[in-house]
Amino acid sequence: MIFEGWDIRMLNSNQARIKEFLSRHFRFGEIREDDDIFALGFVNSLMAMQLVMFVEQEFQISIVSEDLDFENFKTINAIVRLIDRKRTLPATA
Amino acid sequence: MRVMGLTSEQEAARSAFREFVEREIVEQADVFDREEKMPVALIRKLANEGYLGAMLSKAWGGGGMDIVTYGLLNEEIGRGCSSVRSLITVHNMVCQVISRWGTSRQQEHWLPGLACGQKIAAFGLSEPNVGSDARQVETLATLAGDSYVLNGEKKWITFGEVANLFLIFARSADGPCAFLVTRETPGLSTKLMTGLLGVRASMLAEVHLDECRISKENLIGGVGFGSSHVAAAALNHGRYSVAWGCVGIARACLEACLRYTSERKQFGSLLKDHQLIRRMISNMVTNLKAARLLCLEAGYLMDAKDPGAVAETFIAKYFASGAAAGTARDAVQIHGANGCSSDYRVGRYFRDAKIMEIIEGSDEIQQLTIAEHAYCGF
Repeated sequence: MIFEGWDIRMLNSNQARIKEFLSRHFRFGEIREDDDIFALGFVNSLMAMQLVMFVEQEFQISIVSEDLDFENFKTINAIVRLIDRKRTLPATA
Repeated sequence: MRVMGLTSEQEAARSAFREFVEREIVEQADVFDREEKMPVALIRKLANEGYLGAMLSKAWGGGGMDIVTYGLLNEEIGRGCSSVRSLITVHNMVCQVISRWGTSRQQEHWLPGLACGQKIAAFGLSEPNVGSDARQVETLATLAGDSYVLNGEKKWITFGEVANLFLIFARSADGPCAFLVTRETPGLSTKLMTGLLGVRASMLAEVHLDECRISKENLIGGVGFGSSHVAAAALNHGRYSVAWGCVGIARACLEACLRYTSERKQFGSLLKDHQLIRRMISNMVTNLKAARLLCLEAGYLMDAKDPGAVAETFIAKYFASGAAAGTARDAVQIHGANGCSSDYRVGRYFRDAKIMEIIEGSDEIQQLTIAEHAYCGF
């Protein structure tokens, strides 16, 4: 699914994959990479759980207790940084 | 009744669950209900069978059960007694939370005892003034040095009367939090609740927290994540368990009705030969099978760690609880005056099924969530 305002060149990037997922749940315009998704007010507990599961499944990483920091999930770019950081750690981390 | 798509291991496990339930639960469930009590001996047997730590990793001493097999366990136990199934539900909810969001230290400290049933866990979210709107819990967690001090009251806590460990949700200055709190904690007390409509042997309790000092190390899931991640993960697991338990109730009702209508005569013929009875039986069979398929779909998605599993579990629980309630209502109707008597089990199924439309998210909360999911391009 492609949304208005998207750059086709982004489709394979981590940013774009996260943006597509979030955009399914946010119907009031485009989510930018540095928008605070909590401040946008659409992250309920269902959405929060789905986001964690999505990140784990889509990027093949494990989110653990220590990762539960709002700064890690606040924006699309923050989530990308979390994924990059997790991927550079040993598999058990 | 055959279930499509099960592996031979899952079929074998299902048979073992059924034998256990027939042997240990079915004939006693009315007594549990009447006495509003779960015998310690039965809790020990559940522990010995590995049902209390069913899904925990074998590394912790758990059963390492896959999510579909766990669902089948809940169906079989739920068919026998919803109160027993409630114990499996809440204990496994807390186990899963610690397994999912606990620190290594918390996991090492708690999971072995929970896996073997040496410790019983309870889920402490509901309060006198807080039900569906769980983010508004009034229990307060005040940071004091290396500890939090908890003050508040929890209500309707399943197996709260016997639990050794409570997962308590509280509001801190920095957002919702969850804590692992032992029964021995000074300031914690429980009060047994009796006279409930259904699942009467679940030993519900009020849990009073009066200046309970809890080490920061017992905070689970991080400050601010108590509701969105810890409670939500637990409730998702609980919802799945309850949904399967509802399939069990519906099956118990159907089996009771098939027996009763094959033995009782009215107007010179067996009840089963009356067309309006057959209509109710056909609805029971169809709803039972549909509910089980929705539960299986949720299970397969959970197993695949698919984000869609969360919404599918809402759908499964919503449908299955309605199916159980409708089936139990018809079961009482078919049994007539006998169905209103404690001589027959369908009255207990009817009372227990009503509870299923309220717990782990009321019907109305499920409806709102499922509709929201639909608008997000289900």
